Amino acid sequence: MKTLLSARDIGKSYGNRVGCENVSFDLHAGEVLAVVGESGSGKTTLLRCLSGHLQSSSGEVTYAMRDGRTVNLASLSEAERRLLMRTDWGFVHQDAREGLRMGVSGGANVGERLMAVGARHYGNIRAVSEDWLARVEISKDRMDDSPWAYSGGMRQRLQIARNLVTSPRLIFMDEPTGGLDVSVQARLLDLIRGLVRKFNLAAIVVTHDLAVARLLSSRMMVMQQGRVIETGLTDQVLEDPQAPYTQLLVSSVLQV
Amino acid sequence: MSTVLKIEALQKSFTLHQQGGVVIPVFDGLNAEVAAGEAVAITGPSGRGKSSLLKLIYGSYRASSGRILVRSSEGWANVVAAEPHNVLDLRRTTIGYVTQFLRVIPRVPAEIIVAEPLLERGVDEAEALGRARQLLAKLNIPERLWHLSPMTFSGGEQQRVNIARGFAAQFPILLLDEPTASLDAENRGRVMDLIEEAKAAGSAVIAVFHDENERHKVCARDIALH
Amino acid sequence: MNAPVYNFAYLNEQTKRMIRRAILKAVAIPGYQVPFASREMPMPYGWGTGGVQVTAAILTPDDTLKVIDQGADDTTNAVSIRKFFVKTSGVATTEKTEDATIIQTRHRIPETPLTAGQILVLQVPIPEPLRFLEPRETETRKMHALEEYGVMHVKLYEDIARYGQIATTYAYPAKVADRYVFDPSPIPKFDNPKLDNSPALQLFGAGREKRIYAVPPFTKVKSLDFEDHPFEVQTWDQPCSICGAEGSFLDEIVTDDKGGRMFVCSDTDFCAKQQDAKL
Repeated sequence: MKTLLSARDIGKSYGNRVGCENVSFDLHAGEVLAVVGESGSGKTTLLRCLSGHLQSSSGEVTYAMRDGRTVNLASLSEAERRLLMRTDWGFVHQDAREGLRMGVSGGANVGERLMAVGARHYGNIRAVSEDWLARVEISKDRMDDSPWAYSGGMRQRLQIARNLVTSPRLIFMDEPTGGLDVSVQARLLDLIRGLVRKFNLAAIVVTHDLAVARLLSSRMMVMQQGRVIETGLTDQVLEDPQAPYTQLLVSSVLQV
Repeated sequence: MSTVLKIEALQKSFTLHQQGGVVIPVFDGLNAEVAAGEAVAITGPSGRGKSSLLKLIYGSYRASSGRILVRSSEGWANVVAAEPHNVLDLRRTTIGYVTQFLRVIPRVPAEIIVAEPLLERGVDEAEALGRARQLLAKLNIPERLWHLSPMTFSGGEQQRVNIARGFAAQFPILLLDEPTASLDAENRGRVMDLIEEAKAAGSAVIAVFHDENERHKVCARDIALH
Repeated sequence: MNAPVYNFAYLNEQTKRMIRRAILKAVAIPGYQVPFASREMPMPYGWGTGGVQVTAAILTPDDTLKVIDQGADDTTNAVSIRKFFVKTSGVATTEKTEDATIIQTRHRIPETPLTAGQILVLQVPIPEPLRFLEPRETETRKMHALEEYGVMHVKLYEDIARYGQIATTYAYPAKVADRYVFDPSPIPKFDNPKLDNSPALQLFGAGREKRIYAVPPFTKVKSLDFEDHPFEVQTWDQPCSICGAEGSFLDEIVTDDKGGRMFVCSDTDFCAKQQDAKL
């Protein structure tokens, strides 16, 4: 199976402070990699470096583009990178307000990526938008409402629809269930699992919640103070943790 | 008879850093071979050794040393040293595993849980659900429960869903951890039927059975752990 | 006490050069907003300082200047600005569109078709068409540079979703020379077609926001729309009450407090000409 994304020695430092360092891994189509750690572990910094939101201090990321080329992301022009982030990639923010256009309706939010790549037929855009909202269980009669009128869970689902409308192959998620009620979390996680399987999505999910990691991911990377402490299959890291920190983390959770 | 599983000099121990780094040995120098269509029982004293071996074969546990060679359509792979994505491939195509307890996920209906191994192989959803329902019916799970999440099922019902999931897709290697525990006589019989069907279809079965009679009924020989 | 002596058209020559350089850049890149060092003018921001600076920079003693506000030559703003230029440059002025070499306008394009050699100077409040959806200047500049205009159609989509049709009736965004999306200033969308392929040079000045942009003569200007919701101009179901013209932009004038109204041409010069023609 061809590698989709390859990270080598990714590091980000702020002067003397280390955000993350020496992070290397390969990601394949259909794989969900959870990056877990406590606050300050560097997991969000890593995610932002990988997704192009932050410039890393060292290391490189290569990606297999849709046209078959494997490119070093640093070599892409800004236009190419921005296009990539709008079509083949998705980013689900912890706070949906960062990932949505709050000033326009739910339907417009989903249609935006289509319009950005040249869709010019209102009726068609609306139909595709409606379809995706249905997939994330947002009913048609809420489509013209502003996201301000949506609940937290609905906003997260809207974020997902907005990202998936261009059939991306890789999604980055930053604490996608953070701050949501438990039942809402369950619904969202179920949705994500289904979409990952249905569309063979690859994803990198940052979370501090091991239960979320267990549910969503097939592989896991544990970070502490900017470094990767342990990495492997999710069930293996959780059931047979090797590193002291991982054992501490796993034993601290109520049930995993 | 072709060998599909080879265990060579397998050693496993746990190091509990939370307990001052104490080392708990599980087993050492384990060797075994299993062929297609064979059923083998893992025996030994009560403790974590038997389930541990199953987990090692599946890749849920990390071996301290040794090799676990598995034959897939791509050739031989060593689970101990394989890249994570290769182990994931093996789990999808080659190694099936019925755990001791169902891992329950909220909201996911029982029939989807059972159908998942087929869905992951790309089987059409309708077909996968059809097979799932067949198995659920065979294991006496009433139809009204099929679209519900097993969160509220009894222990026995949950275990039967778990078993159905394990047998939904055909696996060249099938790992079973106490498959008949918490089942009544009738359902135990059904499970034994499923195991025999799998054997007949060419699966190598490695199982942990609490009950000696069942063990002898299904498995021709043992892998003994001391 | 001596009366103050102004440099021709108020601005000093160095400032005029700076503005002309900006204008040249704007003409070279149609629709692109060129930043310029907007000066303090003797009228506050929001009163046409951008347009005044552009006119001041291009004015020569041989020019004939027309100034209109909402199509009318005789409103306060038009009168003030015209008097300003007379005082500071002594140029000839006119109300007749066809006699003017420079026409400074707020919020309308004259009905009389312009000819080659004429310059239209439009006053612009907010030059950035993306501003309403993207408040960051750093981001909008990037969007223009990378031609990322999807968000403009989001606005139009939103209109249709909310009102059943594109609700924007003025400052209607258009694409210039198939490249830059621009805000044609708060002219009614009725006037957008006049921007396209005009023989005149069209200059846009925003004083408060410090931007100048241009549409050179005979440049393509296409208003944004959807395939199934094409661009349409306003129509009225009655002619001008004064001159009888059909197909000009009409202002609604309230005549009494009993709901009486009449519709008259907003372009006063055009209306007068129609009346003369009827006589």
